[in-house]
Amino acid sequence: MFSHRFTRAALLAALMAGATQSAPAAVLQVGNGAEPGTLDPQKTNGVWETRITRALFERLVTYAADGSLVPGLAESWTISDDGTTYTFQLRQAEWSDGTPITADDAVFALRRLLKPAIASHNAKLYYPIKNARAINTGQAEPSELGVSAPDDHTLVIQLDEPTAYFLQALAMSEAAPLPRHLVEQAGDEWTRPGTMVSSGAFILREWRPQARIDLERNPHFYDADTVSLDGVTFYPIDDIGSALNRFRAGDLDISYSGVPASRFDWVKDNLGESLRVGPLVAEYFYMFNLRDGQPLADERVREALSLAVRREVITDRILGMGQRASYWYVPRATEGGTHGSLALAEQPMEQRLARAKRLMREAGYGPDNPLRVTLRYNTLEDHKKIAVAVAAMWKPLGVEVELINAEAAVHYATVNEGNFEIARYGMVATINDPYDFLNAYAEGGSAQRSTGYRNEDYDALVERSTRELDTERRAELMTRAEQMLLDDHALLPLYDYVSAHLVAPEVKGWQTTAIDVHPLRYIQLED
Amino acid sequence: MLSYTLKRLLQAIPTMLIVITISFFLMRIAPGGPFDGERALPPEIEANLMAAYHLDEPLPMQYLRYMGNLLQGDFGPSFKYKDFSVTELIMQGFPVSLEIGGLAILLALLLGLPLGVIAALKRNSTIDYLVMGTALAGIAIPNFVIAPILALVFGVLLAWLPAGGWNGGALPNLVLPVIALSIQQIAYIARMMRASMIEVLGSHYIRTARAKGLAESQVIWRHALRPALLPVTSYLGPAVAGIITGSVVIEQIFGIPGIGRYFVQGALNRDYTLVMGTVVFYGALIVLMNLLVDLIYSALDPQIRHDD
Repeated sequence: MFSHRFTRAALLAALMAGATQSAPAAVLQVGNGAEPGTLDPQKTNGVWETRITRALFERLVTYAADGSLVPGLAESWTISDDGTTYTFQLRQAEWSDGTPITADDAVFALRRLLKPAIASHNAKLYYPIKNARAINTGQAEPSELGVSAPDDHTLVIQLDEPTAYFLQALAMSEAAPLPRHLVEQAGDEWTRPGTMVSSGAFILREWRPQARIDLERNPHFYDADTVSLDGVTFYPIDDIGSALNRFRAGDLDISYSGVPASRFDWVKDNLGESLRVGPLVAEYFYMFNLRDGQPLADERVREALSLAVRREVITDRILGMGQRASYWYVPRATEGGTHGSLALAEQPMEQRLARAKRLMREAGYGPDNPLRVTLRYNTLEDHKKIAVAVAAMWKPLGVEVELINAEAAVHYATVNEGNFEIARYGMVATINDPYDFLNAYAEGGSAQRSTGYRNEDYDALVERSTRELDTERRAELMTRAEQMLLDDHALLPLYDYVSAHLVAPEVKGWQTTAIDVHPLRYIQLED
Repeated sequence: MLSYTLKRLLQAIPTMLIVITISFFLMRIAPGGPFDGERALPPEIEANLMAAYHLDEPLPMQYLRYMGNLLQGDFGPSFKYKDFSVTELIMQGFPVSLEIGGLAILLALLLGLPLGVIAALKRNSTIDYLVMGTALAGIAIPNFVIAPILALVFGVLLAWLPAGGWNGGALPNLVLPVIALSIQQIAYIARMMRASMIEVLGSHYIRTARAKGLAESQVIWRHALRPALLPVTSYLGPAVAGIITGSVVIEQIFGIPGIGRYFVQGALNRDYTLVMGTVVFYGALIVLMNLLVDLIYSALDPQIRHDD
């Protein structure tokens, strides 16, 4: 049986090599963090999925190698003066089966995206489109969506209100035009290898669940001549240590599984030229339950807790990967970002501690009446270390912390239900824009529902900033909103995340980007 | 024999029904749901997801729906791996787990049985201490320690074998995971075999055989070995079911596309259908393996007969 298997593999390898004539095929080997749950771009929910769907499906607006937005399937577009009508001119392009890509495919995709049955996780980003919310909540028909195709190469999107981040939303793989001719005919099976038809630089060749996903270059891609790689193989590797082993053994050209914190210094010393670390649009913070009757409903207590946390100890001594201590809420790497800041950032530690102690006394806590709080975190070594350190930093204030650890599903369910006092939270942007962060604390946002934060001025500012199309004025409005949250001590920011990937020196054209996108079409593999 | 087998299979039906029912409701009692993640979903989106998977229906209704589908052999779609049905996931992963696990069991028997016999025959000798000491270490050191060390030494430092990956089941990719998976089994089987062999060697009929003047090799091969295998056989039933359904540790560390990970990941993700699929599959395998053990028993021990 073995020898049979072995020869078959060798034969296959020989065939593959033969198929690309004499030169060895440039196939990039990528360690992907996990097995994708789906390759339907409208149902994805994680970077390990979108990393693949973005290579398969080109959007109207797409990412350059540095993560900035550039024209994709749309050659150009105009935005009406009131900011509500987007008119896209589509380029001449084909699906991987040679069928022309038309504006009708884009209309079809956006309507499908908002169907309740598709249950897209990120559908809300597209609610600014006319009737989108009504469709997504089953109160209107998909055909009523504010999108239309006056001709094969013109797409018009009608918004209810101007929306500053809308182009960013269109760059997500959720918004990619879909091959209507195939999806309507093949139904749920349309993402299978051999069936799928795609528009991006690559097409799906094989998918062995939990083993590998093979992409090969799409000769019909509109910019196929500039694509250097012949193919890409993604391996789902969720064990961070084995990803490192396989990278060291030369099996992987890129590892997106991360670097074990305990081996980080070793990796820096021994694989320094492969280690790529960069800031991410993602924030690590502690959420406070702000509801009446909760110990953290008292702003003095929240400020005192924030004052006592030495964030640099966490970033430098516990984490040490280059994470940036945070005195703000919106990560500093965010494009068009904000510049709000906690006042305590500028104060020396003794002064901060003195003020913290005074605030605690004023709030009625003291040696006879210590503050007892619970701090919840989901199971992960780093979360635990940070929680222990923070609890120790609060000790001088006489705070007694009970640490509660739970697996992720339980942790987030508890937080979402508002059953917590203080909880660890990581917020990762879906788009390179402060919107995700600020909106989370506005009325109806995820953090608002968890924590019970209510501030009408804040809500109004966030709403205004979302409608403001002038970049400078918008940043100003968002900074005011962020400052409001920080002045309220609605949360306790700890640090801005970094991405840490391993990229072999032979891989060229790969850049660190703030939203962790690394378009495969720009990557080259040197011998 | 045939009627006994049929009777046992019929008896398994109520057992499986109870297992399925308990698992179904236990899974739902667990806090947290399949859509509780780092990014809290807006209520509208969550409602759509719940409706798409019928989770908005009353629980008894969901139970009936599940049982109805199950009767038609449909395990439903996975919540997490949306592009595949649970049946497809199990059917694609099981041959891989079976191959790795089957080889590991084979290796464990080939090494564990003789080692146990030798240790029993050379009781309290250096060889005995050596074998039993190594076996104890094999049991004590967990998989998740042995596997990464094997990968590091043979995959990275010596570079003799792949550090991971399945590669369609190529021989070099099988070696390390099979060894890592079998070490504990070798140790268990050797210890068990030694203990039962010592017990058998002390029994009256062995003394009789020796008194009759039979050669020692004949005593061992003809009279001692078969009865000594009984405890190992009964251990092997559930052990084989466990091993051929994969090991999450070995699969994650070596990147093997088996079904072991679905047991753990399914539960952690609250992937209800996937968990139920693995439970039904594993339950059925246990029932089958136990039946097989009982049939082998009667072959090994003439006193046990299933003629009824």
